[in-house]
Amino acid sequence: MADYPVLEYDVLVVGAGGAGLRAAIEASSTGCKTAVITKSLLGKAHTVMAEGGMAAAMGNVDDRDNWRVHFADTMRGGQYLNNCRMAELHAKEAPARVKELEAWGAIFDRTPDGRILQRNFGGHRYPRLAHVGDRTGLEMIRTLQDHGIHQGIDVYAEHTILNLLMDGTRCVGGFAYDRERGRFKVFHAKAVVLATGGVGRAFQVTSNSWEYTADGQALAFKAGAALLDMEFVQFHPTGMVWPPSVKGILVTEGVRGEGGVLRNKDGKRFMFDDVPENYRSSTADNEEEGWRYTQGDKNSRRPPELLTRDHVARCINREVKAGRGSPHGGVFLDIAWIKEKIPDSVTHIKKKLPSMYHQFKQLADLDITKERMEVGPTTHYIMGGIQVDADTQMSTVAGLFAAGECAAGLHGANRLGGNSLSDLLVFGKRAGEYAAKYAKDHGAGKLTMSQVDEAAKAAVAPFDRGAAGENPFTIQHELQDFMQNLVGIVRIESEMQEALGKIAKLRERAARAGITGNREYNTGWHTALDLDNMLTISEMIALAGIERKESRGGHFRDDYPDKSADWAKYNLRVVQDGNGRPKVEHVTVVPLTDEMKQVIEENK
Amino acid sequence: MSDSVATEKALPSSAIFRIWRGGNGGGGFVDYNTPISSGMVVLDAVHGIQANDANDMAVRWNCKAGKCGSCSAEINGKPRLMCMTRLNTLDLTVPVTVEPMKTFPHVKDLVTDVSWNYAVKKKIQKFTPRKPDAADGTWRVQQADVDRPQEFRKCIECFLCQDVCHVLRDHNLHDEFIGPRFLIYTAQLEMNPIDAADRIPDLKDSCGIGYCNITKCCTKVCPEEIHITDNAIIPLKERVVDRYFDPIARLFGGGK
Ligand SMILES: Cc1cc2nc3c(=O)[nH]c(=O)nc-3n(C[C@H](O)[C@H](O)[C@H](O)COP(=O)(O)OP(=O)(O)OC[C@H]3O[C@@H](n4cnc5c(N)ncnc54)[C@H](O)[C@@H]3O)c2cc1C
Ligand code: SF4
Ligand code: SF4
Ligand code: FES
Repeated sequence: MADYPVLEYDVLVVGAGGAGLRAAIEASSTGCKTAVITKSLLGKAHTVMAEGGMAAAMGNVDDRDNWRVHFADTMRGGQYLNNCRMAELHAKEAPARVKELEAWGAIFDRTPDGRILQRNFGGHRYPRLAHVGDRTGLEMIRTLQDHGIHQGIDVYAEHTILNLLMDGTRCVGGFAYDRERGRFKVFHAKAVVLATGGVGRAFQVTSNSWEYTADGQALAFKAGAALLDMEFVQFHPTGMVWPPSVKGILVTEGVRGEGGVLRNKDGKRFMFDDVPENYRSSTADNEEEGWRYTQGDKNSRRPPELLTRDHVARCINREVKAGRGSPHGGVFLDIAWIKEKIPDSVTHIKKKLPSMYHQFKQLADLDITKERMEVGPTTHYIMGGIQVDADTQMSTVAGLFAAGECAAGLHGANRLGGNSLSDLLVFGKRAGEYAAKYAKDHGAGKLTMSQVDEAAKAAVAPFDRGAAGENPFTIQHELQDFMQNLVGIVRIESEMQEALGKIAKLRERAARAGITGNREYNTGWHTALDLDNMLTISEMIALAGIERKESRGGHFRDDYPDKSADWAKYNLRVVQDGNGRPKVEHVTVVPLTDEMKQVIEENK
Repeated sequence: MSDSVATEKALPSSAIFRIWRGGNGGGGFVDYNTPISSGMVVLDAVHGIQANDANDMAVRWNCKAGKCGSCSAEINGKPRLMCMTRLNTLDLTVPVTVEPMKTFPHVKDLVTDVSWNYAVKKKIQKFTPRKPDAADGTWRVQQADVDRPQEFRKCIECFLCQDVCHVLRDHNLHDEFIGPRFLIYTAQLEMNPIDAADRIPDLKDSCGIGYCNITKCCTKVCPEEIHITDNAIIPLKERVVDRYFDPIARLFGGGK
């Protein structure tokens, strides 16, 4: 075998977003020797981009809030396909995790009586999102980063894990390359936590960065782990649509939380036209009431713009298809109108939504305090991912844990805004804690160097093909293009089948990807190596999408537009068949306890 | 209400980008003629070149929206974020030069080794909370008291201010001076009403605040528009002066 450095750890955390950093902090605080690996620099992971806030039922703004309401909201938002035990743990533990951030140096916006301020968000009954203007993710990642660096955690920035290493059916580490020099490294660990985030780069219009190539989900699958709910991808209703180069960049839901409204080209608030049955009693039926809600009136109901994301995204899609959209294929999002209500609205908007103000000013020459924005759906988040045990976050593979966006369960068929950042904290901590425990209980597993050699050989193959091979960027772009069109926001069996055919063809071409240059910071090489993960996960999204013959949450089918009582009983799970190919199975949804049933009933 | 369609100055259909290529200290400019379209930023052009003409070109980015601080470079000689530099703000009749930041060791193409910044941060005394003052184990803090530290916490760690500061860029005093980014980092901790540690002695000694002669170049390049000098460095300098050069404070060992 070639002589690669072998680095020994108790716990290896793959990913330095909110989930990975929180896991590493927890593991290292129990005395475990802990490493964190990240593809980008420390502090740049996706978490940094989160805007609106983190959901935790602290009741600082409305004291009627408590874990029971948060639990019920999360389950309703997820259309009851959630792992209810995870939803319970999340609702109960989020307040403590948020307060802990403050004790580590985070500075949240304040209530008049000096506590952490909370704001309204779609699907949350009470103001629940702890936030810092519209840059909450930055506050979170910086706090965890700055706390973590004093804990003796080893950080390997700009390193990518290519394969997980196995001792039989147990995960014992990972094989990595450093992006800067292109050298290989072996991480030998007693337990591994995946916290690699999402899959949005498989789609063309997305709020996600180059990092979201589905690595964690694909690595886990190849290691034999089960994935869950892969058909549920979240299309956020409001991404930028103009100019073309910023298409997909997120416009935070906070705009609507602060009173922003959606209008079609005729100026109509179209969201009032279609309020789903189960939200009717909690939704305002006139504009005035909706406005009062956003301004904190406890007796008002929320405006229809704050319905769940899947629903709002589809309503926008419908307006555009019906020819009632804005000039560039979106609809209008208007916050400037609040000047009718608030004396100094310009200052108010800049204070509440500073980064949105800058984003539009600088990228679109548009002043949101005066003009309407144009917005449309953008691929944002995946609810599905690695199946985990609710309490410990261990996957179905021994020694392999997962937390954050790459894990599944908490959000069911649709995630509520703000429930991701709190998810990262609650389950990042749990994953770190139980990975540490696993490491202590089980000691080191055995490394098999032939696995390393095989991985290294595959990794350098694109160099052998050189310029004669396929351009990896072209392959990536083609995948993004057809996934967007064929497995996007509105799906139909024939198109998803077509996508499967295209994926198979692209897979052959990806195997011929070639690159030039050397191994030092070679983005073409990095892109070539990402392709397999993206194709693996795209295939699963299509397979699960074909299998679920109903519309629910993030999964909407033109050929089965209704929700079905029968499908409410199952989650879909993807596992390897005998040949390493994906196979979709039905598994029964985790049953509610009697207490949970009562909580849901009392919050109907 | 005015329409939201951005009114764009008409752009040519292509432009020349003069990009620094190479690694390990070597390298030189290479010109790329690439198609451009309305609304594009420099990072888009760089990505287009990477996808079509130079697959192996090294460039960092993440958010494409000025939120992560990854895509720092020198555009026409000015330290800027590539993702926030619109092409319609540049003179496209001449080549647009794009170079890596000069204050940090070069790695390859547009990528530099910024690890020094991470090492510096580790040396600064960490956040140390005082005892909670509310019954629920948290703190009561007014918004007015955190406005200032929140301004500093907007920092996206793009290190453009470090890049432009002459103490680092021209005088190479990386061992003696922490630079503007970490002066605001320290200011944010010192002005956090919950923090109880005392960093004034370090500011004077290991942080080298005395090297800053308030040229304000850092403030000018900050994409987050943080008032680095006026709101952070000058108040910190005053605290150092009050502590060490004020005879009464010296006598009684003034605390934070
Ligand atoms: C624009 C935007 C706004 C959002 N706003 C909100 C919000 O207001 N509230 C909310 O709750 N949620 C929000 N979300 C969602 C939320 O931010 C993300 O779901 C969450 O941050 C994901 O965190 P994570 O820790 O799971 O992963 P990330 O923060 O994405 O981190 C993933 C890490 O894994 C690393 N990694 C990946 N693959 C590998 C590999 N092969 N080898 C090594 N390292 C690897 C990456 O480098 C990175 O460090 C938003 C998302 C976006 C895009
Ligand atoms: S003001 Fe001080 S820190 Fe800022 S650039 Fe000038 S010398 Fe450097
Ligand atoms: S202070 Fe401004 S310029 Fe300096 S690193 Fe932070 S964001 Fe960048
Ligand atoms: S890519 Fe994030 S700041 Fe430019």
